[in-house]
Amino acid sequence: MVEKIQGFLPHRPHRIGGIVLQIAFIVVIAGLACGVILNVAQNLARAHIASGFGFWNNTAGFDISQTLISYSASTSSFGRAFWVGLLNTLLVAAIGIVLTTVLGFVVGIARLSRNWLVARLAGGYVELIRNVPLLLQLLFWYNAVLKSLPPLGGSLALPGGGILNNRGLFLPRPEFGPHFGAVLIALVVAIGAAILLREWSRRRRERTGTPMHIVWLALVLVCGLPLAALALTGFPLSFSVPHMGRFNVSGGVEILPEFAALVLALTVYTAAFIAEVVRAGVLAVHAGQTEAAQALGLRSAATLRLVVVPQAMRVIIPPLTSQYLNLIKNSSLAVAIGYPDLVQVFAGSVLNITGQAVEVIAITMAVYLAISLFTSLLMNLYARAIAIVER
Amino acid sequence: MSAIGDQSLPYVRRSPAERLPPPAARAGAVGWLRSNFLSSPANMALTLVCILFIVWAVPPLLRFFLIDAVWSGADGDACLASPAQPHPGACWAFVRVWSAYFVYGFYPIGQRWRVDLFFLALAFGIVWLLRLSAPRRDIGALYFFVVLPVLSFVLLHGAPWIGLRVVPTALWGGILVTVVVATIGMVASLPLGILLALGRRSEMPVVRLSAVIFIEFVRGVPLITVLFMASVMLPLFVPEHLAPDKLVRALIGVALFASAYMAEVVRGGLAAVPRGQYEAARALGLSYWRMTGLVILPQALRVTLPNIVNTFIGLFKDTTLVFIVGIFDFLRTIEAARADPKWAAPTITVTGYAFAALFYFVCCYGMSRYAQNVEARLTRSGRR
Repeated sequence: MVEKIQGFLPHRPHRIGGIVLQIAFIVVIAGLACGVILNVAQNLARAHIASGFGFWNNTAGFDISQTLISYSASTSSFGRAFWVGLLNTLLVAAIGIVLTTVLGFVVGIARLSRNWLVARLAGGYVELIRNVPLLLQLLFWYNAVLKSLPPLGGSLALPGGGILNNRGLFLPRPEFGPHFGAVLIALVVAIGAAILLREWSRRRRERTGTPMHIVWLALVLVCGLPLAALALTGFPLSFSVPHMGRFNVSGGVEILPEFAALVLALTVYTAAFIAEVVRAGVLAVHAGQTEAAQALGLRSAATLRLVVVPQAMRVIIPPLTSQYLNLIKNSSLAVAIGYPDLVQVFAGSVLNITGQAVEVIAITMAVYLAISLFTSLLMNLYARAIAIVER
Repeated sequence: MSAIGDQSLPYVRRSPAERLPPPAARAGAVGWLRSNFLSSPANMALTLVCILFIVWAVPPLLRFFLIDAVWSGADGDACLASPAQPHPGACWAFVRVWSAYFVYGFYPIGQRWRVDLFFLALAFGIVWLLRLSAPRRDIGALYFFVVLPVLSFVLLHGAPWIGLRVVPTALWGGILVTVVVATIGMVASLPLGILLALGRRSEMPVVRLSAVIFIEFVRGVPLITVLFMASVMLPLFVPEHLAPDKLVRALIGVALFASAYMAEVVRGGLAAVPRGQYEAARALGLSYWRMTGLVILPQALRVTLPNIVNTFIGLFKDTTLVFIVGIFDFLRTIEAARADPKWAAPTITVTGYAFAALFYFVCCYGMSRYAQNVEARLTRSGRR
């Protein structure tokens, strides 16, 4: 009887079998790795390619069209080129993230609008943008829009002294005089005072129940104090306005068309996904929450600010972060239009010159991986901080 | 409680409130218009802005793409501004002349029936797999994941022993390459993704750790770097005489990349299968593989089918990136045709991109509608 039942007993996971399987797995992986390393060494030796990171300090010898830190082809090293590329990537990512957040939230909320036309337009935007590859959109902005702007001769003069042509956008550059620090200090003081004012009015409201509107007062404070400081120090601020030369535009800040196209494409593309995230987040807040808030007598603005948004943000933030990460990773498409980001400069130019594929690709991947892991870490900390404490 | 009757409470009403007028009609066309467009001054302003935007944007687009468009012509001169047509619109003649190139690339003209046959075989497999009511979808899966890859290789690459001339991949191009990359990405990434997802949920620490490292690594880096790695590092990894073809390298890169994303989707599906299903399968005496294959995976994949399709939409859009490592996919053929000096007209670039956008939009939007349908159906049948 016992034997009979034994036959029907479920299979237990065999401990010994599992360990043998894992050891076999390790052996296979290690064997593959050894084979790969041997092959790489052989192939590199045959092609006379150096290995190791010795190239890092060698002179780069190629030009980069946009550099945030000083860089010159004849004296700077490959390592310097790496930092230039990384900073360019981070610049595009930072500006893109700010713009796409604004656009994405506007579109996401517009999709929920009770106005049929607004909701439909926003929906059309999301469907159109999400279903067309980012690379195609990038090429469209670069080749079809920015490259078809008028050439130097027919440059468009923008209000405020800017110049726009197919070589880029040229904007006035602020130049700071000797006492400009005082203005900055005034700004910091004004912001601090506004925060204190808000805190004080909140306490007063909680104590006495009398509301007090400090928005205008704070605005006057934040704008007025720096302006007063500016006037007192004798306006130590001037603008270097770009002006047309015969062959080029001189003065001002130059925004490359590659940079503008990349920012435009990333912003417009990611905003469509953020809009969906925002919509899902707002819909995730139960209608009963709004009704309860109204039953308690909160006005619709207060309902939104105190009840709906805090709960929606809890749903929105995690997927929003992954959209930001996607934007950072997608900024590597820069290589298609020649914007000097990390991939174009390092995995492109440096790789072509040195031929050290393994090291260069490994470093490039490590940078993106580090950004991703760091963001996930912050995300987990945040998620833990805002998690609902369940009883 | 007694305070309610107390005269001292200022906020207690003592006389009936005044009657309000009846609410405005909410039903019917007028009610719909009123509640949607004219409910408040701000809403009216929004409506007005939207109407102005549509009036500003739509007529010029219609004029450019349809009314003023040039439909036929042998070269770019037909699309240049002329006294007869001072503002020529989109140059569809360009798309017509180049359409064969956009579909087949440089695939030899006499052999293009093989590509058409491949498209047919693929469409058959897709319909079989994706129609939830199709008969014997298990055989369909076998066809799609085993028969079709072999058949496609024989058809497209060629097999001299049955009289099909070998066509080197350097001649492939256009929509053919886009579809091949997307299909191989799908066919390879689903099984790999399932294995990785099972590995990530495995009880064996070595297997679990390897799966986690692979998935998180691939998901943490951009596809371009994976493609760069595949195209410059892969040849270093193998002995020189085994160095794979350029297209094969890109395919390996895409397949690895897609499998990491697929693994996460499948993992979501596995997590949605109730614990009782595992326990019941164990209690019936099924081994791990039979439990997984017969009980868990069928349910997990069914639930996660919409997500699989959505991942595939992403993969389909991502295939454009092979352009950057020098493969002649659909987008690259557009770029190449656009640069042809014979077709040097100012409208060519926009026309080419509009055509490409239309192609990708139709494919991706169709798939996403399908995913939404399946999702609605799963919700209705209460299987989620």
